[in-house]
Amino acid sequence: MNGPSPLRAFGGIARRELLRFLNQRERFFAALVRPLVWLIVFAAGFRAALGLSIIPPYQTYITYEVYIIPGLLGMIQLFNGMQSSLSMVYDQEMGSMRVLLTTPLPRWFLLLSKLMAGVTVSIVQAYAFLVIAILFGIDIPVPGLLPVLPALILAGLMVGALGLLLASVIKQLENFAGVMNFVIFPMFFLSTALYPVWKMQEASAVLAAICEWNPFSQGIELIRFALYGQVNWLALAMTAGSGLVFFLAASWAFDPSRRFRAGRTA
Amino acid sequence: MFRTLAATAALVCLTSTTALAHWVYVSNEKDDTVSVIDTETNEVIKTLQVGQRPRGITLSHDFTRLYVCASDSDAVQVWDVATDTLIHNLPSGADPEQFALHPDNKHLYIANEDDAIATVVDVDSRTVVSQIDVGVEPEGMAVSHDGKWAIVTSETTNMAHWIDTGTQQLVDNTLVDQRPRDAEFTEDDGELWVSSEIGGVVSVIDTATKQVTHRIEFAIPGVSKDRIQPVGIELTSDGKYAFIALGPANHIAVVDRTDDDKVIKYILVGRRVWHAALTPEEDKLYTTNGVSGDVTVIDVASLKAEKTIKVGRFPWGAAILPKDKIPQ
Repeated sequence: MNGPSPLRAFGGIARRELLRFLNQRERFFAALVRPLVWLIVFAAGFRAALGLSIIPPYQTYITYEVYIIPGLLGMIQLFNGMQSSLSMVYDQEMGSMRVLLTTPLPRWFLLLSKLMAGVTVSIVQAYAFLVIAILFGIDIPVPGLLPVLPALILAGLMVGALGLLLASVIKQLENFAGVMNFVIFPMFFLSTALYPVWKMQEASAVLAAICEWNPFSQGIELIRFALYGQVNWLALAMTAGSGLVFFLAASWAFDPSRRFRAGRTA
Repeated sequence: MFRTLAATAALVCLTSTTALAHWVYVSNEKDDTVSVIDTETNEVIKTLQVGQRPRGITLSHDFTRLYVCASDSDAVQVWDVATDTLIHNLPSGADPEQFALHPDNKHLYIANEDDAIATVVDVDSRTVVSQIDVGVEPEGMAVSHDGKWAIVTSETTNMAHWIDTGTQQLVDNTLVDQRPRDAEFTEDDGELWVSSEIGGVVSVIDTATKQVTHRIEFAIPGVSKDRIQPVGIELTSDGKYAFIALGPANHIAVVDRTDDDKVIKYILVGRRVWHAALTPEEDKLYTTNGVSGDVTVIDVASLKAEKTIKVGRFPWGAAILPKDKIPQ
């Protein structure tokens, strides 16, 4: 008799996530259209044809389109992380997650598998976006496409873990709309995705501080430096650290039986 | 024992100082300095204190002397490249801005902006050989590779003046667009390229007929036309590219000379780019960005800006010392 195989369990979860993703073509396009609209429409409005000031990791003047690429990669991952957790809320309500939890594997392992599966999907989207951006003539360093992979994995895990944590504490599917307003938007706009910290500093020191310590900013900076073949150690530590905290909290908070019991008594 | 070791180490240091890279001399107009950049590290390795308002900068053809137009000192300074010391000043006439050294390495043609004259100086005897009346506000200077022609552009008269170097006489004028700045001969001296700052174009003049054959225009998406002010011109010796510094448009235009002088790319650099210099291999271009106070390095093969290096305030011009000429 075979014992529980962690690899098989992971394979099953990953396959389910990928299949779900592939079956929903519109989801794939939506995931690409969103950052592309930002790149082509929003960035055009702020073109900065005369160049942005030099900040690391950039070695010379860049256009605004080049600046927001890492932020838009982060955006892809943020939405994907949240969507993946949305699917978990759905699974919880519809019961498939409870079936999954009957496997004799530790709960954290199942959550991690779920997380990894979500990140894999977001990486496919991120590379599709990068290829389209290059075809649009945006100056993306091609040698950076390889070192950016580990950065995308780590940043994806971090936002995914945050999504898991939220999914663990959200009671119902309807509440997820609130997540958009209270998590995704503030996280995105109060980050270095759209503007560098020094620009934020001109507006408000408080906002700049929030922007700087936002874990999502750190994930973006990790991606930004990796695209140019560099490691931003602070961003690496912050992304890994906050990802771990989110994951541990999610593992602790995720207890479907408690929810089940609560549902029964209600 | 220690002394022997130290002596050996010193000897090793001395013998191993064969330069790996070229030096780029950049004149900083507002700082009265010249920054020296090492092309290997692309960092400023030293800064020389020179005369007031240094603008035009060039090296002697044997690379032992550095000539600097110290405009507000009313002098052309001659620096010893080996020792970084000022040897003497040349009698340049008032407010020298730009100059060109004749291939004989002896005659320096200097534009005197305030006096509407061009001064020819013998750099060995340090005497003025000739002063030639030209148009109002002379600015750009060029000498053909065969040494036959010296060109002065005058900013207000809007002309390129042709000086016969044999007689030191002005023999012809070519009318160009408003506010001509820089002039460059192609490698075979068949064409003269003149940039017009206000006109926003580069005129290509046939040397034989002294007539403008065509004009190169520029347009950068998102940049208003009046910001496109062509100044510095650099031509590659293989006849492939021309690089035009577009001033406050913050871009270098790349002209493909093998394809009807079409502009094929605009490369983003620092603010108000005025001049540029090619390395001896012509694989890198160093641009001087005045307002942002930096120098951008462009890779010629990929036509991409690689790095921007902070120098002094308002860098104006650049001259490159080849690595085999760097003093040991």
